Amino acid sequence: MRYAMAIDTRKCVGCGDCVVACQVENNVPIGYCRDWVVESMAGTYPKLEIEIRSERCNHCDNAPCVRCCPTGASHIVEGGIVLVTHQKCIGCGACIQSCPYDARYSHPDGYVDKCTFCNHRIAEGKDPACVSVCPTKCMYFGDLDDPNSPVSKALQDRRYKTLAPEAGTHPQIYYLL
Amino acid sequence: MKTRREFIKISALGLGGVAALSSISPLTRGASAIEKLLGLNRNKPRIVKRVPSYCEVCFWKCALWADVDDSGRVVNLTGNADDPHCNGRLCPRGTGGIGMLYDEDRLKKPLIRVNGENGQTFREASWEEALDLVANKLKEIADKYGPESIALFNHGSPGHHLGHLLKALGSDNIAAPSYAQCRGPREVGFEFTFGTGVGSPEPTDIRDTRCLVLIGSHIGENMHNGQVQEMSDAIDRGATIITVDPRFSTAASKSKYWLPIKPATDIALLLAWINVLITEELYDKDFVEKYTTGFDKLKSYIRPFTPEWAYGITTLEPDLIRKTAREMGSAAPAVIVHPGRHVTWYGDDTQRARAVAILNALLGNWGRRGGFYFKEAKPLPEYPTPEYPKPSWSWKDVTNDKYPAARLSVSNALIDASIHSEDKPARIKAWLVAGTNLPLTIPQKDTLEKAFQDIEFLMVLDTMPMEITGYADVVLPECTYLERDDDIRNEPHRELNIAVRLAAMEPMYDTKPGWWVARELGLRLGLEKYFPWKEYREVIEWQLSQIGTSVDEMQRLGVKKFEGRKTPLYAETPEDYQFKTPSGKIELYSEQLESMGFDAIPRFTQHPEPPEGYYRLIYGRAPMHTFSRTANNPYLVDLMKENSVWVNPRVAALWGLKNGQYVWLKNQDGVVSHFPTKVRITERIRWDSVYIVHGFGHHDKKLSRAYGRGANDTELITRVSVDPLMGGTGMRGNFVTFVTENPGKEVVS
Ligand code: SF4
Repeated sequence: MRYAMAIDTRKCVGCGDCVVACQVENNVPIGYCRDWVVESMAGTYPKLEIEIRSERCNHCDNAPCVRCCPTGASHIVEGGIVLVTHQKCIGCGACIQSCPYDARYSHPDGYVDKCTFCNHRIAEGKDPACVSVCPTKCMYFGDLDDPNSPVSKALQDRRYKTLAPEAGTHPQIYYLL
Repeated sequence: MKTRREFIKISALGLGGVAALSSISPLTRGASAIEKLLGLNRNKPRIVKRVPSYCEVCFWKCALWADVDDSGRVVNLTGNADDPHCNGRLCPRGTGGIGMLYDEDRLKKPLIRVNGENGQTFREASWEEALDLVANKLKEIADKYGPESIALFNHGSPGHHLGHLLKALGSDNIAAPSYAQCRGPREVGFEFTFGTGVGSPEPTDIRDTRCLVLIGSHIGENMHNGQVQEMSDAIDRGATIITVDPRFSTAASKSKYWLPIKPATDIALLLAWINVLITEELYDKDFVEKYTTGFDKLKSYIRPFTPEWAYGITTLEPDLIRKTAREMGSAAPAVIVHPGRHVTWYGDDTQRARAVAILNALLGNWGRRGGFYFKEAKPLPEYPTPEYPKPSWSWKDVTNDKYPAARLSVSNALIDASIHSEDKPARIKAWLVAGTNLPLTIPQKDTLEKAFQDIEFLMVLDTMPMEITGYADVVLPECTYLERDDDIRNEPHRELNIAVRLAAMEPMYDTKPGWWVARELGLRLGLEKYFPWKEYREVIEWQLSQIGTSVDEMQRLGVKKFEGRKTPLYAETPEDYQFKTPSGKIELYSEQLESMGFDAIPRFTQHPEPPEGYYRLIYGRAPMHTFSRTANNPYLVDLMKENSVWVNPRVAALWGLKNGQYVWLKNQDGVVSHFPTKVRITERIRWDSVYIVHGFGHHDKKLSRAYGRGANDTELITRVSVDPLMGGTGMRGNFVTFVTENPGKEVVS
């Protein structure tokens, strides 16, 4: 089993609903976030292109944050989800430094926090909060090992990319182009 | 004797201390006051019930479920999967709706204006005292000048309750800025053409369209939920999107064709498109033959308006104009030239909407799949109350002499009627305002200020200390939509459907629902026969019983769909379809307009251009905010806390502007924005224009997160081109320049 997410940059309008839904679902304090929206633009007026991306932890196959964690708080569970055990975390911040995606933040309560793919929702058979709220339905989630999962299907007939593949992390968030 | 109405910006006694939050940087603070209020104890809340409601962060009214935890607090909002407005997915504002509920800056107690030693201020009052005061004032004014001298400005559901009160009292001077400051012209333009307006939600069949044409309409940034969802579906299906906008909007970035038009020239483009459709015979001949009148006149009128003619005006390549017209023609009838939503731009807006309507008619998309569907609402009887008294004069008497085609009350006409002058004494003497923040909504601040000074009484009902409350004599704190029972939603759509709003929790603080306020005032004014209920639940229950359902059932469903549409969704063979125009047909050439002395077919007119060193001020929306009403919502502030001014790199170079630098904007009349705004240098805007998101630059300190954040476009709109047909205030004819040194204004760090 390999959980992953595909996000359609053609449909995303960058509204930020994924950010709010995550904050509410996961009690992320206001002023912090586990996911965020990036917009990049190329060209000059009037020949322009924009790519809008909802970004978050890439739940990397080869996760530098897990390798560098001195206490084992950062770890990988079933389905490849990278998690932080808050009680074990001493807040040293090594993982924050090591993440090429800037996906982690220091929670005011003293530990490091990040996207969990809403594993508590997955356990109930639901999609992550960001996926289920998105008004444009631009996010597809599921098991890559299952060819019928929404994410596998989305990747079957579209071109896609990952972020910073050169970092060798084998990220699991795919952007449909 | 008249007391000058001062704008009260200081906190009332007992409201002190709330401003402290704004000085704490959000990134360093721990559990703040707002988080404590949010009740997020960082443990997973135990949800004990879910209550159906519909959203009021904007007026798309998405049906939702409010999850309530064991302490009785709403902790989560999710869309109702059966709701055609949202299909189970709220937008960021809807999801962040609990930020409105737990905003610690909310109005918490009734406030009464008092004259103190150091000027005017508010003092807290009991509901008893505040309501007695309002009722006495209204009675006094009604006795002296007639009940018609009381006007209501409103948006959203509290307005309906106060509207009922006002009509019972004998006045129908009720206006919503959503008409004359927003979508009025398109309603009128479509009425003159098709006999029916557009309405909300728009009956645009976007999900099944093959070609969607957007003219200055920025769906995606304008986050009307169902519409954004359908546009996304259309993208999925590979529909062609054509976007006309001087700004590379999000929608433009999703489009196959972006037409970077020179602002204020849209009618020229529309005429050229009509020209191509007719000269290349791309229009739907059968449809035009059967259902329209005036085609021959249109055909001869349109001859000179070629793409080459339009090129000189719009700066759009003739080839691009032809290609896009052909795209529309080949997609027809599954094509939509979107009527737009906020369309009060240049004063000839009704005529522009007419041109859009004519274009649609030529494409034969009325009542067709992928074009415009026929919407229908579930008929819902009103709770029986006595007939309203007939007012001796109405809004029409102060509107239709100036604006003959206004079908709804025009806010600016009511404001004009509130201003006293020697030759024209004010007819309106008191205002009730609910759910609309007039100072950040109505252009031409000076006129509005005059009205504030001339009216004798102003009551505001709101949830937040919006700027309008600073002008009030009495401020009544309404509870939010999550804390009250309210009217049943029965808007027209593809399927007949209703949604309920039931209180998900007890009102926080000393706040009350709009229906309660209206009733309490009604009782005090001797209008008890109009308010025969004690709880609004009785009204809802009675109405539901009339259509075969109940509060009980609706508690389980939230949204209920009904069979039995009377009209078809599409008119695939509309042999005998009668349009509600005088001719019974779609009027391409409008004899009605001609007889009123207006152009029977839209005409392009040149509008003023920015003077040297000035840029056209274009404003619009961001998906995470609704007008000025969300600028203090903690969640939405987190997403976007201020607006920025979009400047083309060429212009920035000319002015030596840097990205992120704060500048003040000064308009053609010398008005400088209250607060500075950040420069955003981007290729996404033309060099003759700048762009800011509407609704920022709040100047009421009680809005601790919104205060001083960004520039307020409304205060820079001192010039309006009023639509002579329906009174819409065209607001896109203002030009601004940059002030880089602080012109002696306060800056909020
Ligand atoms: S579109 Fe968004 S803000 Fe408007 S009613 Fe729906 S969820 Fe609420």
